[in-house]
Amino acid sequence: MKNRAERQPLPLMLLCWGFVLIWLITAAFPFLWTLWGSFKVEADFFSYADWMNAVTGTRTIQQTGSAFTGAGYEGAWVEQRFWLAVINTAIVTVCVVVISLTIGTLGGYALARSGFRYTFWILIAALIFRAMPHVTLVSGYLLPFFQLNIWGYLPTTIIVLVAINQPFTLWMLHSFFLSIPKDLDESAMVDGCTRFQAFRLVIIPVMWPGVVTTGLFSFLLAYNDFTVTSMLLTQENQTMVPKIASFLGTVQAENKVMYAVAAVVSAMGPLFVLVLFFQRQIVSGLTAGAVKG
Amino acid sequence: MRHRTFFAFILPSLVVMLLFIALPILSVAYQSLFIEHEQAMTAVETCDPFGCKTELRVDAAAMEALREAEPMGKFNGLGTYANSSHLAFDELAAIWRDSPSLGVAFTRMLNLPLYKALSFTLAYTFIVTPLVIITGFFIALGVNAIPGLIKGPVIFFSLLPMIVTPLIGSLVLFWMIDSNGILGASLQRLLGDPSLTLKASPTLTWTVLMVYGVWHSAPFSFIVYYAGLQSVPKDTLESAMIDGASRWERVRYVIIPHLLPLTTFIALMQLMDNFRVLEPIVGFSAAANATSLSYLIYNDLRGAETPLFGSAGATSMLTICGVIILLSPVLLRTWRDFNRKTH
Amino acid sequence: MKHTLRYTAALAALLASASLAHADCGIEKGSVRILSNDFLALQLVSAAATACASDTVTVTSNLTAEHKNIQVPALSTNPSSYTIAVVANGSLVPLLNDGLVRPMDDLVAKYGQQLQPNQLIKIDGKVMAIAFMANAQHLMYRKSVLDAAGIAEPKTYEDMVAAAVTLKEKGGIASPLVANFKPGWDLGQEFVNMFSGYGGEFFEPGTANLAINGEAGLKALAMMKAMADTMAPEYMTYDTNSLDPVWTGSGAAMMNMWGSRASAIIDTAGAAPDVAADTVLAAAPTVGGGTIPATTLWWDGFAMAKNITDEDAEASFQAMMAGIAPEVAAANPAAAAWLIKGYEPTPAAVGVFATVAAGAKPYPMLPYMGLLHTALGNNLAEFMQGQESAEQALADVTTAYNTAATEAGFLK
Repeated sequence: MKNRAERQPLPLMLLCWGFVLIWLITAAFPFLWTLWGSFKVEADFFSYADWMNAVTGTRTIQQTGSAFTGAGYEGAWVEQRFWLAVINTAIVTVCVVVISLTIGTLGGYALARSGFRYTFWILIAALIFRAMPHVTLVSGYLLPFFQLNIWGYLPTTIIVLVAINQPFTLWMLHSFFLSIPKDLDESAMVDGCTRFQAFRLVIIPVMWPGVVTTGLFSFLLAYNDFTVTSMLLTQENQTMVPKIASFLGTVQAENKVMYAVAAVVSAMGPLFVLVLFFQRQIVSGLTAGAVKG
Repeated sequence: MRHRTFFAFILPSLVVMLLFIALPILSVAYQSLFIEHEQAMTAVETCDPFGCKTELRVDAAAMEALREAEPMGKFNGLGTYANSSHLAFDELAAIWRDSPSLGVAFTRMLNLPLYKALSFTLAYTFIVTPLVIITGFFIALGVNAIPGLIKGPVIFFSLLPMIVTPLIGSLVLFWMIDSNGILGASLQRLLGDPSLTLKASPTLTWTVLMVYGVWHSAPFSFIVYYAGLQSVPKDTLESAMIDGASRWERVRYVIIPHLLPLTTFIALMQLMDNFRVLEPIVGFSAAANATSLSYLIYNDLRGAETPLFGSAGATSMLTICGVIILLSPVLLRTWRDFNRKTH
Repeated sequence: MKHTLRYTAALAALLASASLAHADCGIEKGSVRILSNDFLALQLVSAAATACASDTVTVTSNLTAEHKNIQVPALSTNPSSYTIAVVANGSLVPLLNDGLVRPMDDLVAKYGQQLQPNQLIKIDGKVMAIAFMANAQHLMYRKSVLDAAGIAEPKTYEDMVAAAVTLKEKGGIASPLVANFKPGWDLGQEFVNMFSGYGGEFFEPGTANLAINGEAGLKALAMMKAMADTMAPEYMTYDTNSLDPVWTGSGAAMMNMWGSRASAIIDTAGAAPDVAADTVLAAAPTVGGGTIPATTLWWDGFAMAKNITDEDAEASFQAMMAGIAPEVAAANPAAAAWLIKGYEPTPAAVGVFATVAAGAKPYPMLPYMGLLHTALGNNLAEFMQGQESAEQALADVTTAYNTAATEAGFLK
């Protein structure tokens, strides 16, 4: 559907395309390079002599007899049991997203519909909570967690990630609920619903776009977190990011770096699927959300 | 909404935040007022595989008794905040007294750890934030204008810099910009300067960190703006066109005002995140030329064999104060909006 | 590649033996929980200890680079989350400071027949830790490159810098010398090495007062700067890991590298066989006419948590004895410079043992050494880049150390 406002003259079109193209190259090139390089040996991908080695695979041919090798993937997935970290990550991210969104929607809705002074102060407090550097928070957790004997387990990490992410979730959902007309749930309450019933019957059906968008950000936080997961999980409960970091290790063995590169590429797979799948919702969600400052 | 209902709704969220953020913040703030007890030390003989010698050791039993009596340590008031690793009041006064000119005073001030870190932190925050907003805005305009069919993949690739863990930044990008890596070597050839290296001089290191910052965060503002563009009222645009508004005028007078609330949101989040910049400094091994407040904290807690909790706590509190000062204009606006809305 | 595979095979064999047939370590019952850093030699040790698991004995291990940050809180609970902490000279100190480790004299007498006297870390006559491997930064150089320029093996840092200048001017090598000069721990360590080489004492005897602000300190800095002038412009970003591709890519001719890296660097079955075959290991050079190598000696070992039951302590000690059994070192001689009985130094350990033989000093195990190390790591970068004077750099270090040491209670 093209209306008059969207039709563009040719030079502007070219400018537009050119700009998008340059941006795409900037954004995607490092990842395509990594994807390509993950099938080479370390001496090629991190070649000191000539970066062209990573393209031609000189050393890879020397060492393995072919220009491409799956050794990095084999090492990461089979030898180092990367799949274990994948399962842990799946558990952590799913739980973090579900819990954050559940308590976040309830809280965000309450904040959006309440006009008390302290509502404002709760929002400001949430913002200040978000300002605390995570490194300090995590160091503070260690001793109490060891004393309570809850250190190292997945549920502990999940709750911590939920808490750390809650300020952002609250702000985003609060702004989103502000854009849903008040009349909607208030008329339901006039019809005899309780507040919770109004929320359940009237608001839940229209809130999905905003929730999905907020969920994506929660997902990214849980998926990519290093500060919390590296300090609060034992080796067998490790998620993907600290696992990848452990391939790099304090003392790197040769080609273990390539395990890390292969693992990073593997970790990008689910994100690809996720973004393509949720692309629609992200966009429509933010539209309806019209996040306000 | 009644108070009871309000709290019923917000309680779970409030509880986790209080337990896992507010409580730690309070305890860190309290901890930062204390320093360790004076260490009781005794000279004892120490033998390792390479020989024996007499060295000082902490008398752990004596210390335990001290800690039993006063578990927090020795009260120091705001001493930690004022010492030379933080606000350095004494040093500042000395610099003010002894420096022949303002320029010299400024250089000497930047030799103090906190002010050195602050200079990079502020420069990073105030350069990266606007660039992220502008770049994201133009990408959004550009992507919005391309046909629907290829939008999906374009959006995916545009989001990549944001969604992939900073670990890859430290690993792959750092090697790519090495003077033997693909980007570094190409740049050398492009500029005809074989001695050019992006990792050595302060200026270039700062540039690299900031370019990385924009690259990493631009997708965030892009996706928010792109979503906002979907809801620009079509009829306003059309009527502006009928009134003879040029393309630029339409962007200036219709689209930008429409996206203003989103800009506030992006600015709020970006100011805060950029003020806490840490990962690129660690990932790009840039500590020789650039440190940030978060890096100081990281260094106090992780760099040392014995973490300095008080010092890290004080820097954390100063960071929070810094964020509040940075955000205060936005917060004031929100406060006015809030009052207008409720009264 | 093959190199990694070989060790992987060794590890796999150990793991297999753990799951198939339990090694008989003679433990009746108990729980063994090991916290350790994560690199090859330690993986071997913990795998061998884990093999002691049986129906009545549980053995768990957590190998992580974050072990230093976790160990103090983990050992201060009662009962503590780990029974064994694998430590080095640096990381044992925080545990000693807080009194979190127990003496092992009775256990050594009962189960430690395999131990050699120099493995026992004794503090005030009590065995507080047991070392099983040594490590030090020592010289590695490319023989063919030095030979081609007619340069003999450098015995001193002065020779080394002169050789680097010659190679740069005549040999056309852009950066003949490399070092771990990354600000933070690495840069601090380089200063500690150099300062020890000049015979400096870090502290006034019997106090925590800093004493680096003198002749030895200035000379050490001047030497580090002279080294830096022969290096590639990125020298301030190099740490042990990032030097790996530089060395294997023939980007340098001399370096002082950790002995723990030696076996990979001289492995002719590795990625760069020509470079590996050409690399010679030697003792760390001396400096300023000194007689001892300008480096510090390190050991890795284990300590035992205080807050555990005697039963667990006994089980843990026996499991660790299996972990550092002579057979483990014999099966993996190249994995480390073992201090274990019956171990014959391999070509990879030549550098470390030459350095030890030349009389290098151990890294000081003083309670406040870590604070100095951090202060050094944070405040020398500006001097190294020519932005401030050596005096100013040392003054900055002193200020930073004094502030930290006051906060930690070592200075008033």
